[in-house]
Order: sequence, then C-alpha cells, then structure tokens
Amino acid sequence: MMIQLRFDVKSIRKPTLARTIIETGVLLNIIKAGVEARRGEIIIEVDDKRAEEVMRKFREYGVDTSKIERVVEKDDELCVHCGACLSVCPVEVFTMSEERKVAAEPKKCTRCGVCIDVCPFSALSLPG
Amino acid sequence: MKTVDDINRKIERGDVNVVTAIEMKEIISELGTDKASEEVDVVTTGTFGAMCSSGAFLNFGHADPPIKMKRVWLNDVEAYTGIAAVDAYLGATQLSESISNYGGAHVLEDLIRGKEIQLKADGYVTDCYPRKEIATEIGLEDLNQATMVNPRNSYQRYNAAANSSGRALHTYMSALLPNLGNVTYAGVGSLSPLNNDPEYRTIGIGTRIFLGGAKGYVMGEGTQHSPPFGTLMVKGDLKEMSTEWIRAAFFPGYGSTLFVGIGAAIPILDAEMAKATGIRDEEIVVNIIDFGVQRRDKPVVRKANYAELKSGKIEINGEEVRVSPLSSYYNAKKIAEELVGMVKTGEFLLSAPVGKIPQKAVTKSLRHGVKEVKSVMCNAIIISGDTSIQEASRLMVENNATHLPVTGEGDVLLGIVTSWDIAKVVANGENGDVSKIMTKKVVTSMPGETVDIVAKKMEQYGISALPVIDSKRVIGLITSEEVSKALMEARK
Ligand code: SF4
Ligand code: SF4
Repeated sequence: MMIQLRFDVKSIRKPTLARTIIETGVLLNIIKAGVEARRGEIIIEVDDKRAEEVMRKFREYGVDTSKIERVVEKDDELCVHCGACLSVCPVEVFTMSEERKVAAEPKKCTRCGVCIDVCPFSALSLPG
Repeated sequence: MKTVDDINRKIERGDVNVVTAIEMKEIISELGTDKASEEVDVVTTGTFGAMCSSGAFLNFGHADPPIKMKRVWLNDVEAYTGIAAVDAYLGATQLSESISNYGGAHVLEDLIRGKEIQLKADGYVTDCYPRKEIATEIGLEDLNQATMVNPRNSYQRYNAAANSSGRALHTYMSALLPNLGNVTYAGVGSLSPLNNDPEYRTIGIGTRIFLGGAKGYVMGEGTQHSPPFGTLMVKGDLKEMSTEWIRAAFFPGYGSTLFVGIGAAIPILDAEMAKATGIRDEEIVVNIIDFGVQRRDKPVVRKANYAELKSGKIEINGEEVRVSPLSSYYNAKKIAEELVGMVKTGEFLLSAPVGKIPQKAVTKSLRHGVKEVKSVMCNAIIISGDTSIQEASRLMVENNATHLPVTGEGDVLLGIVTSWDIAKVVANGENGDVSKIMTKKVVTSMPGETVDIVAKKMEQYGISALPVIDSKRVIGLITSEEVSKALMEARK
C-alpha cells in the first residue's frame, strides 16, 4: 500500500523515517521524496498488513499520514491502446500485453499526474 | 501468376484464401514464398495512428437567401472556404477558437458520432449571394457531401523520437522526457500497408482500401512521399465511417490530430508479392531523432528497427530506455482481421491500380532567409578562471564587451561572466578570481543553429548572449544585437 507522509517544520528536522523503520522493523520502499527546508512530502510503499502500525508510528512523531487510495483510472471505452502512456510513468503502472493491449496496474500509482496529460484521448484521470 | 480479376472471381465463388500479414509471415516461413503464393490469394494489412494531414470536404447546401461563405467555423474551428459558395475543407489540426483541447479532428469525430455541430459563417455579399452571415446547427445527415480527403496518410515507416535536452518536450511525437528519458515511435512496422508492397505494385492510384471503417480509395502518393518513407493520399465517405476507426486526439503542447484506421488488401499475384508480404519488423529500420535540437535536420541518436522499438525497451548510450508506440498495433491488427472477413464475404472486392505512385521521390524543404549563427556571431573575449575580477572588468571596458566566456584547457567552456556579475561584486567591495563569480550553467549555441532558435533561447532563459560551441570549444559569441539584426534582415 502507498502512504503519503507530510512533514512539517518540526518533523522534517528529525530522523523520523529511520526511527520508524528501526522501531517497527517494517521495510519501507520510498517511491517519491520531496524535502525542503521547512516541509517535506514522501510517498512510501509498505506491506498492506503493516500499514496501520507504520502510520501510527509516524503520527506519534508528528507526521501527517494518509493512504493513497484514489489512484489513476483508465477509461477502457476511450483507450485505443496507443501506448503513449507506457514510457512516461515513473513507476511503470502501464504495461503492454501479449495481444498488444495496454493495461494499467493502478495499485502502483503514486498520483504524480504525468500520464494524465500524455494520453491523447483523455482516457486517464486522477479522481478525487 | 494470378491477376486481380482471377482473385475477384475466387472471392465471388467463395473460395478465396485470405490471411492477415501477421499470419502470412508464418505461412512463408513454413512453406516458402513460391508455395505461399500459390496457397494465399490475399494478404490484409492495417494501421491505426495519428495522421495529422487529414480532413474533409463538406458541402453545406444553400440557404435562403443564399450566402457565399467567406469564412466558416464549425464549433469555432475555422474551415477553408476559398472553394465556391458553400464548400469548405475542414482540417484535423485546426484548433477551436473557443473550446480548449478541441480541433478539426474532434469536429470530424463528433459528426460521425451523430452530434450536432454549430455552424457559423460570414458571407461575401454579391448580387447572387445577398446574405451577410449565418449561424445554425448541422449534423452529418444535413450535409450534401462529407468527403474525407487526407493529403498524407499511412506512412510506410516513421523516424522515432527522443530528447537529449534538459527539459521535457511536448511534440507531435507525444511527451519526450528530458535527458533521453524515453523514446516514442509511430507506425506498426510489418503490418502496415505500404511495407507489404514496397514497390507499390498493387497499391496505387484508385486502389480500394479500408478507410475509417468505410471503403475508401487511394488518390495517389501522399504529400512528402519519399520512399521508403512512402505516404498515401486517400479519400472516403465520412457518412459511412465509424468512430471505432476515426478518433480525435489531442497532444498537449502540440494540438489536435486525427487517429485514422487504414487497411489494404494485397493481391498475391506471384511469388514476388508473397515475398514482399513476408517482410519482418527486423528489416524495417528507422532513425531515432533527437528533438532536443530544435532544427529541421535533427541529429540521429541511433538507428532502430521496429522489432526493437516494439519490445518496449531500447539501449541508448549503454542505458535501457523505455519506448512508447504511438500507433495502436492492437487496432491495426483488428483492421487487418476485419478486412479478412470483408474480402471473404465478397463485401470488399480488390481493385488493380489505374496508375502507379512513384517509387522514387525526395521531399524538399521550405527555404527561408533566416541565417545561421556561424555567419553572424562575433569574436568572444575568452578568459581563464584565474583571471582577476579587476582584469576582467578592464577587458570588458576595453573591448566594449558585456559577456566573457571563461574557458579551461583547449578552450572548453567552464562558465561565463557578465558585466552585471562584476557590478555586483564591485558594489559589495569584494575581489578575487572570476571563477568565484562566474555562472557555471551556461546556455550555449552551435554554429549551425539558426538565429530564430537563438532568439527563442534568449527569451526563454532571459539572457542576452550565448557562447557558440563547436565540438566543446568556444568559437565565438552571439548576442541579442546580432540576433535582432539578422532577424530584421530576414523579414525584409
Ligand atoms: S499518475 Fe503518475 S504514477 Fe500514477 S499512473 Fe500516472 S504517471 Fe504513473
Ligand atoms: S495513452 Fe491513453 S489511449 Fe494510449 S494506451 Fe495509454 S491510456 Fe490508452
């Protein structure tokens, strides 16, 4: 599962990420990280079963957490399987099948938004 | 040896053997070309991709009192009217003046979908055409004729695209990520019509084709036809087309375009034709062009064949880069399969071309008077990194220069110092070497670049001079002064 972490001016200065990993023993996969002097936003991927525990820990350290549930949606009525989206998604949500149809695996999506404007048929959207 | 007539008789008798180009490759590797040419009568092909050079002639019929349309808009997309009173040509890439992400292609798709379109026209008043303007709604069935005529469709093959520059580009080849981050290509390789008949023996003037779901015809070679980058000019009746095979698209930063589905049924007249339809993706080679260089003649990153491109990953400078097709192979295959059915049932008879399209042609470019950097650049006053700020300011005054490129060994560019940089340090009472104050990320130009591109760079980065680099060496400087002079001359 993907979790979005928002750090404020206090939590960004502490080794919160490392502490959480050590204390929970959960392996985190960092999908995207943007850290500035006064705030930060990191998207991590964790095992679904441990997500609640990890989020609780982060909240203890003053980090705002939210699950990323609304991910990219592909409208199969509009999609013509042109594949323009294939090479632009940073986490390879889109794949080409054997019969050369384009499929999306939205679970991986980090909501970066890059693909939305790339689809020439407006078949992709990020709801919510 | 078979003739097109022989094959049509077989179609009528219901004992024709039709296969897709995909199946034909397998049949040939199994039976060989001689045997395959005896077995197979027709090979179907297909393609489905962006074809910008598309549009339709529309005849609106006469109103009462009648109007001679001087300018006409459909959903605020302007169509060309210099053809009699109520005829217009609507081009796919013309953009709507009021609806965003909408263009001529979308009007065509909406017409086929059965939607009503807003028609607005200004009249040129004459004694026979007294009306000044008209505004109404029309649908496809209201039009006398809606004839799709596409000047350049069905590219045999097309160069792929990448981008070595530092920023993402939005092009007709879709989004190109910076630093060669991805590759895009168009066309469906060995399934596409012209690749299966590279000598244009069976596809020529008058050949019946599948066009947007309807029966269409080849009018001749398309514009910019340049074998093996062959193209076709085609026509068909919009009223018989389907939105399954005609789809409007929008490439952000480029504009609207039309995805067109085209298929050809190729008669296997002899072993030669069988051999031609056996073509494989590996044999169809194109260049991957660097769109990061904003010139007509863009440098080649590397060559690649369609098998490599279709694999989805390609190696560039030792790194694996992801590849996006822009044409839909899935839909192209569906067209080829649909054509198999249409030929088998006798719905689609073959036609021999009444004239040939040229096997040789070159595409010329538009001449224009814009000069290249090398013919207008000035001498650069080059300094080394350990030049003192004092010395640099003296050189500026002496040479009446505002920009000094800083170079290292072999005149390789390290940075640039401007009079503004100097003014700042002097104001702060600092001193030292120029290496301390120079700008290290320098926007540069090349000797072969045209000055209009330099002007664009100047505007984009808010700068007034660029060092000119030739194989890493600084060979000159181009400033806004030379650029504006050259652009003024070009305009004259
Ligand atoms: S929004 Fe970003 S991560 Fe999600 S599918 Fe699109 S490109 Fe991939
Ligand atoms: S870019 Fe759009 S139309 Fe093309 S394959 Fe992706 S989702 Fe489908």
